[in-house]
Amino acid sequence: MAKTKNQILVCSGTGCRASLSEEITDNLKQAIHENNLENEVQVVRTGCFGFCEKGPVVKIIPDNTFYVHVSPDDASELVSEHLIKGRKIDRLLYVNPETKEKISDSKHMDFYKKQIRIALRNCGFINPENIDEYIARDGYMALGKVLSELTPEKTIGLLIKSGLRGRGGGGFPTGLKWELTRKVKAEQKYVVCNADEGDPGAFMDRSILEGDPHTVIEAMAINGYCTGADKGLVYIRAEYPLAIERLKIALEQAREYGFLGNNIFGSDFNFDIEIRYGAGAFVCGEETALIHSMEGLRGEPGVKPPFPSEKGYKGQPTNVNNVETYANIPPIILKGADWFASIGTEKSKGTKVFALAGKVNNVGLIEVPMGTTLREVIFDIGGGIKDGKKFKAVQTGGPSGGCLTEKHLDVPIDYDNLIAAGSMMGSGGMIVMDEDDCMVSMAKFYLDFTVEESCGKCAPCRIGNKRLYEILDRITEGKGTEDDLFKLQNLANVIKDTSLCGLGQTSPNPVLSTMENFPEEYEAHVKESKCHAGQCKALMQYIIEEDACTGCTLCVRVCPVDAISGERKMAHFINQDICIKCGACMEKCKFGAIYIG
Amino acid sequence: MAKIKSLEDLKKMREDMKNKISLREKGERIDNLIQIKVSMATCGIASGAKETMDYMVNELDNRAVDAVVTQTGCMGYCYAEPTIEVTLPGEEPVIFGYVDTDKAQEIIDKYIIKGEPVDGIIPVNFKSIKDE
Repeated sequence: MAKTKNQILVCSGTGCRASLSEEITDNLKQAIHENNLENEVQVVRTGCFGFCEKGPVVKIIPDNTFYVHVSPDDASELVSEHLIKGRKIDRLLYVNPETKEKISDSKHMDFYKKQIRIALRNCGFINPENIDEYIARDGYMALGKVLSELTPEKTIGLLIKSGLRGRGGGGFPTGLKWELTRKVKAEQKYVVCNADEGDPGAFMDRSILEGDPHTVIEAMAINGYCTGADKGLVYIRAEYPLAIERLKIALEQAREYGFLGNNIFGSDFNFDIEIRYGAGAFVCGEETALIHSMEGLRGEPGVKPPFPSEKGYKGQPTNVNNVETYANIPPIILKGADWFASIGTEKSKGTKVFALAGKVNNVGLIEVPMGTTLREVIFDIGGGIKDGKKFKAVQTGGPSGGCLTEKHLDVPIDYDNLIAAGSMMGSGGMIVMDEDDCMVSMAKFYLDFTVEESCGKCAPCRIGNKRLYEILDRITEGKGTEDDLFKLQNLANVIKDTSLCGLGQTSPNPVLSTMENFPEEYEAHVKESKCHAGQCKALMQYIIEEDACTGCTLCVRVCPVDAISGERKMAHFINQDICIKCGACMEKCKFGAIYIG
Repeated sequence: MAKIKSLEDLKKMREDMKNKISLREKGERIDNLIQIKVSMATCGIASGAKETMDYMVNELDNRAVDAVVTQTGCMGYCYAEPTIEVTLPGEEPVIFGYVDTDKAQEIIDKYIIKGEPVDGIIPVNFKSIKDE
């Protein structure tokens, strides 16, 4: 039998699947069949490559050719040209936007150059539905090593020494958390994987579960061994169907191979994992609310202490860790604490996965060492701001974080620096904004989200955030007063100080940080009734420049509400009372005669 | 499926599974590997390039030589098909003509493994625009 000469890796993450990567896979298989290449060429569906901006992504192995924006129609050409004739298909190669040079090997792209992949090591490399490929990449070796060579104490010591901190946002030292749960004496303990990723624009955890589910299973089993738990629970939102499906397949395979079940690796350690579905409430990412939700109660947070490590799920000691935290654990055990501690900054070790989104050229999933600057992330990896616009701010930490501006661009990213800069690491969402984004509207957007997601248990969060939202809404409508700015700040601080859980304690952050960094924008809204970014519709007008207008009447024809009038060949004008500010006239004007005032 | 009962079992299994992803791992470090390109245009295939390629893939694998074999388009030496281009790490690529399986074996034995010159080298008599 002929040996496999080529493998075609097709990204099969949610992003690329949405742009038809499944059809690409089917068409590739069909083309391979037609050319009788079944024995020589293998099609492999992998997890996310991270370069979602350019998806669907297809990679040809072994020459490592990275094809972008592939469509199902390209499949037969990929087979007949690249595989049979060995000619790379030029039009599908990635073009470096600066040098206009075509780059075929992803290793040489700026997007990948600065990345170090630990948590994402297998994403886009192995088939997540095939445990054998995970094993070939040292899968379950860490679990085997821990069970046959290390004691729980030694393993926890290793984690403490590595300096790994929780990747869900809080940054609590993982080893210490395990140690706390281990010390509590109880008949039954639980380990939980928090896969309730709720930040708008964040998809790190989803991609890890979709691209490398076994790493989470392996790390949870290690956690169980260290803390003395024989039961694991994955709390995942039902709106992640692909991640759930792959996790289920992975659990089934792990049981079949004996990595879950009784007497794992011939030891007396027993462990198994169950999946629990969440309905997608943001607050359930908070560990006490998550535990309540798993118990079948309302997803409301409780008072800490007691911490879940003492009294968690069903009143038993429970260790909750985030997906990305788990994904870091097997490599730490195999490569050692010193290796991990050598990456990153003094107090934040290792790497962090970010979901880069917003007005940046390369939207995608990236993993960089701690200490990388925002400038490197946004401009080198992210490829700068879309359409050559000017960078304005970046929101890190989602609705709980704050915005960072130009002056923070050279701050090395780690837990402590981001807090000092008035934001937070959060789970890793990074939304980039350009000069056209209004910061008041941005704060309003996040408040809208937290008002919606507040569980309603405590008054400051339930009522306070609603009032905050109303004030912001007034300001964006041009009805704000100077007194509102004072109220806004005051109320925000009260909510922060008095809310019960992390949701309320952090929800005013977008307001406070935009007020701190962009006070002039708030003032312009309130004092001059102006939104300089042109985003607050109530505060802007489309105006026709009389001198530039040729009276071609094109705008009259596109206006959906007949707000524009004027004689042919004469300057036109817009009736502001009728105008709905849709912008259609400005888009269509060939003479640039319409502007926002 | 027998369950894995010890770390030794797993290590053994890992070795068995390695070949599933070895091609991909090679791709990751392709710049440091011996690269062999087989000219697979119509003329090459008609003269037996497919057999040559199969032979090289199997033979290099059997001898555990760390090399990547890929196909490429017509190199222009249609009179000397099948042609292959061999690049040893850090060295200039060398093109061989009339590579049937016997010749392929000689190239593997002498040039690839020992670094000794082999007859049948086609001097490169053109420049491609990238060189300039």
